[in-house]
Amino acid sequence: MTLTRRDTLLLGACATAFVFSGRGMAFASAELAEEAYLEFTGGAEPELGRVTLDAPEIAENGNTVPISVSVDSPMTADDHVESVLIVADGNPNPDVATFHFTALSGTAAATTRMRLAKTQNVIAVARMSDGSVFMDKKEIKVTIGGCGG
Amino acid sequence: MAKRVKPRVKVPKSASAGEVVTIKTLISHPMESGQRKDKDGNLIPRRIINSFKCEFNGQPVFSCDIDPAISANPYFEFSARVGESGTFKFTWVDDDGTVYELEEPIAVN
Repeated sequence: MTLTRRDTLLLGACATAFVFSGRGMAFASAELAEEAYLEFTGGAEPELGRVTLDAPEIAENGNTVPISVSVDSPMTADDHVESVLIVADGNPNPDVATFHFTALSGTAAATTRMRLAKTQNVIAVARMSDGSVFMDKKEIKVTIGGCGG
Repeated sequence: MAKRVKPRVKVPKSASAGEVVTIKTLISHPMESGQRKDKDGNLIPRRIINSFKCEFNGQPVFSCDIDPAISANPYFEFSARVGESGTFKFTWVDDDGTVYELEEPIAVN
C-alpha cells in the first residue's frame, strides 16, 4: 500500500485527535481549590498556622498517599475544632474529604489515605467552634499518578 | 461483580476514665472514582463510600464526608475521649445506599 500525500495528512490528523482525546481529563486548578475552601470558610481567608498537615514529600504511588492532619486546640465543649476540609489543587475534583470533630474526639487529629493524580498542593483548612479559620498547605511530588486508566 | 465489603475497626479493650484513645478503621471497598474508563472507553460509574461516622453511646465523636479522592479501602484513624464504659458504633454509607455498621465495646476501669 502506498500512501498519498492526502492519506498521510489524514493519518496525522487522526493521530493528533487521538492524543488530545486521551488527554481529555480535566484537572482542577488552584482557583477551583481556593473556591472550594472559601465556600467552606464562608468567604473568610484562612490564616496559616495551628493546622499541621503531615504528608510525604514524595509519594511514589499516587493511589494511596497517607496524610495526617492535626489542629492545635483544647477540644473542650466551647472551644474545639468543628471541621477540617482537605482539598487538592491538581486532582480532577479538588475535594478530598471533610472531617467533623466534637469535644468527644479528644484531639483534632485524623489520618487517611488519598489519591493524587499528579504533583500538586494539598491544603487543609480548619474551622474552629468560634468561627475562626486556619490552614496548612503542602506540596506533594507524585511519581506515578493515582488516576487509574 | 459482587465484591465483599468488609468493615474492620481497632479499638482498645479498656481505658482509664478521661483517656484519649486512638481508633483505626478500614473498610474494604473499591472506591470507584467515576473517572476511570473500561476497556471499551465507557466511564465506569462512580461508586464510593460517601460518608463515615463514629458515635460513642449515641454521641457523635467523629465523622467524615468522603469524596472520590480517598483511596480504595478507605482507612481512617482518629481519637476519642472516653469518660465511661460503653460502645462505639461505626457507620459507613455506600453510594448505592447500603449502610455498613459495626459496634465495638470499651471498658473503663
